[in-house]
Amino acid sequence: MTLKEEEIAIVEEFAMFDEWLDKYEYLIDLGKNLPIIPEDSKSDDKLIKGCQSRVWLDSKFEDGKLFFQADSDAIITKGIIALLIRVYNGREPQEIIDSDFSFIEKIGLKDNLSPTRANGLVSMIQQIKLFANEYR
Amino acid sequence: MISVENIRDNFPILSQKVYGKSLIYLDNAATSQRPLSVIDFQESFSRECNANVHRAVHSLSGIATDLYESGREAVRSFLDAEYKEEIIFTSGTTASINLMAHSFVEAFCARGDVIVISQAEHHSNIVPWQMAALRTGIEVKVAPINRDGSIDLEELREILKDKRVKLLSITHISNVLGVVNPIQEIVKIAHNQGVKVLVDGAQGVVHSLISVRETDVDFYAFSGHKIYAPTGIGVLYGKRELLDIMPPFMGGGDMVDTVTFEKTIYAPLPLKFEAGTQNIAAVASLKPALEFAMQISDNDEFVNRERQIVEYVTKELNVIEGLTILGTATPKIPLFSFVIDGVHHEDVAQILDKMGVAVRSGLVCAEPLINSYGYTGIIRASFAPYNTLEEAQIFIKSLHRAISMLK
Repeated sequence: MTLKEEEIAIVEEFAMFDEWLDKYEYLIDLGKNLPIIPEDSKSDDKLIKGCQSRVWLDSKFEDGKLFFQADSDAIITKGIIALLIRVYNGREPQEIIDSDFSFIEKIGLKDNLSPTRANGLVSMIQQIKLFANEYR
Repeated sequence: MISVENIRDNFPILSQKVYGKSLIYLDNAATSQRPLSVIDFQESFSRECNANVHRAVHSLSGIATDLYESGREAVRSFLDAEYKEEIIFTSGTTASINLMAHSFVEAFCARGDVIVISQAEHHSNIVPWQMAALRTGIEVKVAPINRDGSIDLEELREILKDKRVKLLSITHISNVLGVVNPIQEIVKIAHNQGVKVLVDGAQGVVHSLISVRETDVDFYAFSGHKIYAPTGIGVLYGKRELLDIMPPFMGGGDMVDTVTFEKTIYAPLPLKFEAGTQNIAAVASLKPALEFAMQISDNDEFVNRERQIVEYVTKELNVIEGLTILGTATPKIPLFSFVIDGVHHEDVAQILDKMGVAVRSGLVCAEPLINSYGYTGIIRASFAPYNTLEEAQIFIKSLHRAISMLK
């Protein structure tokens, strides 16, 4: 699937939930199933600190593609990270630069990405973009 | 007459739904909701009375000035201060403490002198003193609290013995712990050592009636928006003889007597500390807001219900496995900060929100305090007199459900 197709797939998955809590149940499940990144990869230089939850982001560039590993101490944030990784992992830099991350808003999680929420997710997205720009 | 039965009729905002659920607003320690008397007053002020105060001779300005000054009289009476000019209007508790960190320090502190704060302070009673320390060479010392959230009076007594200590700036009720500090006793200890006392009453003023004369506090700061008034208005009470000595914090209009290009004579109290056009409508609306607060504090029904809620929520939280309450000392207001093993505070707050329950999570502007307990954040539910026992029950039920989803 292309990045765009993956985004559309996620939006369709979320459209099935009528209830807010069901949506969050699903995010919690995604969060619980996201592979935990090893403690030694959670160094302070990979830490994005927030007033709410903390996010660790580890990125690498291989064979023209960008790869991301991330973790958080909060499970809902981790669920959103799982979605971001599903969309952005293993993509070429230009694909990421061309995308607008708007699927998060489309699935009703805009508040989680508000800069005032201070939960590390906003910075995570900024870093993904910066990283993509570095290797374009 | 406001009673526990009809109080909610005064708060139109409380009857709304969020995500299809009835709103249960438990973030009152951050900001309280406004009663109709305040909402209507603000509207009629804008419609009928808006003008600048103190200077103009026209009729509208006279009306606005009277309303503005009646706000001051309402605060004087509410705090039981002796003189009206001891009431200074600021933009909030934060601004009041910043005023102190400039004007008090300039008047009473020399390089090397000490300001003592407690371990349980909000950032706004920490950062202004740190900035003053950088600017003037004063030192900031921290008086510890006990594990249960009460102030360690013995340790405080020791710290205040240092002759360099000029001011103790301490919270009345911490916004994390909800434990009421024994202000009268603290003031006695401080005054015995010749130390002045500033009390951060942002939370205290809402739950614990204070008489500045009985307690003999030297300064008391609070915000309007936590006690039914709008945001952007706050108070600094100070004893007249102290405020008289202190230089103004900001210069500008209304705070002057005469101005020449060579020299300015400042206005007498309280205007000396109220430079520029103030938040006139908000000052005036302190009157209906504080009258509302007085009606509640005079009514035993509310005292009883508050006690019921404290007992019920404490009991119910304590049976939740892995849950720890921060601040267990008494007397305690209906404000509960807690952590749950294996469950992140942000997750709980987000799930509760989707169930219609508004709580606060994170560091709640008290990072050093929360870190000293060994946590990176907390969940806080804070109740107001308009919250019902039924709401407390729904909160507990929702919390159980949130935990079972997350664990």
